[in-house]
Amino acid sequence: MTRKRRRLYFVLLGLLGLGAGTALMLTAFQDNIVFFFSPSEVAARHIAPQQRFRVGGLVETGSVVKNGENVSFAVTDMSATLKVQYQGLLPDLFREGQGIVAEGRMGPDGIFVAHEVLAKHDENYMPREVADALKKSGRWQEGEGKSTPHPTTATE
Amino acid sequence: MGASVGQGWNFDVHRFANPTQFMRIANAIFPWAAGLSALLFVVGLPIALVTSPADYQQGETVRIFYLHAPAAYMCMMVYGIMAVGSAAYLIWRHPMANLVARASAPLGAIFTALCLICGMLWGQPMWGTFWVWDARLTSTLILFFLYLGYIALGDAFEDPERGDKAAAILALVGSVNLPIIKFSVDWWNTLHQPSIMSKKGFSVDAGMLLPLFLMLGAFITFYIAVLILRLRSELLAAKIRNARLSQVAVNHAPQAAE
Repeated sequence: MTRKRRRLYFVLLGLLGLGAGTALMLTAFQDNIVFFFSPSEVAARHIAPQQRFRVGGLVETGSVVKNGENVSFAVTDMSATLKVQYQGLLPDLFREGQGIVAEGRMGPDGIFVAHEVLAKHDENYMPREVADALKKSGRWQEGEGKSTPHPTTATE
Repeated sequence: MGASVGQGWNFDVHRFANPTQFMRIANAIFPWAAGLSALLFVVGLPIALVTSPADYQQGETVRIFYLHAPAAYMCMMVYGIMAVGSAAYLIWRHPMANLVARASAPLGAIFTALCLICGMLWGQPMWGTFWVWDARLTSTLILFFLYLGYIALGDAFEDPERGDKAAAILALVGSVNLPIIKFSVDWWNTLHQPSIMSKKGFSVDAGMLLPLFLMLGAFITFYIAVLILRLRSELLAAKIRNARLSQVAVNHAPQAAE
């Protein structure tokens, strides 16, 4: 009985210690675990020009300019905006209002030069007709999904 | 001589008194779990892969989700069962809890592999890449390695009990990864989308939730049925091992006595 009790406390204490240690470690490595920075974070941090990083946000409506393989657009988190230049194929889901993540470097002119552009999907799943009906009734708008880079989590 | 044989059988009885009870219940559940799983697959797969509606953004690619998401739930649920079984084994020395954990591990590994492979096949057309090292994908890959490590460590010792204990400790240590997987999409920004479940309910259309739940039910009952089969064969293997050992004891006992 007492030995079982002791083993139970030992396991519980061990898990508690392990959990606390992991939590501390994950908090310390916060910056390395986030997959991308928001445009506001990019503006706030001084990222060296040759430093490769990812920026994520919504493709600003009306900002996409396609010129053959060259695309330029702006990524926004609703409080800051960053201009992006990219050459190459875009994922199918890429469009205005869509959440995307671009990887690349800051150019000298303050324009982000992307080597790769990924589309971010949100957690909303619905058939075409439902999406159309919701849009028609004005209850929902494409790209409004809160999933894509929340400005709230980006400020942490 | 008599003493040594008696000891062998005592050990045996102690080990199997509980399992007999356990297996009586498990064997009663087995036909229901297996039948229900088959039924859910037969009903669910055509709905998931053919008749359910295409998504407004993803088109037909959404069908991968009906395999990916249930596999993802299963890989975490099975690990949870494994961790609880390991704790029960370490604390109360419950042999059946350990057996359930050990028998679950390969199933969990397969669910994790299915989740990762389906996810990659979905990621290529939707995201534009098979793989990224974001928090959700990385922590799920770690879960896969934890399963493989658990299986390997459990079999790595001459003495099976030492293997059981070492593996059980690994399973408990690895359980810190479960909340990390679950909340990775909330704690950090990731490429992976957040959960479809929130306080507001499901962000999935009802016509798409139906195949999702059918497939999840099929996976859960599949796990239960295969787990019972694995427990049966594990117990039979242990019985054979013990019978061999007592045979050896009988053969060697007279010489030792002389």
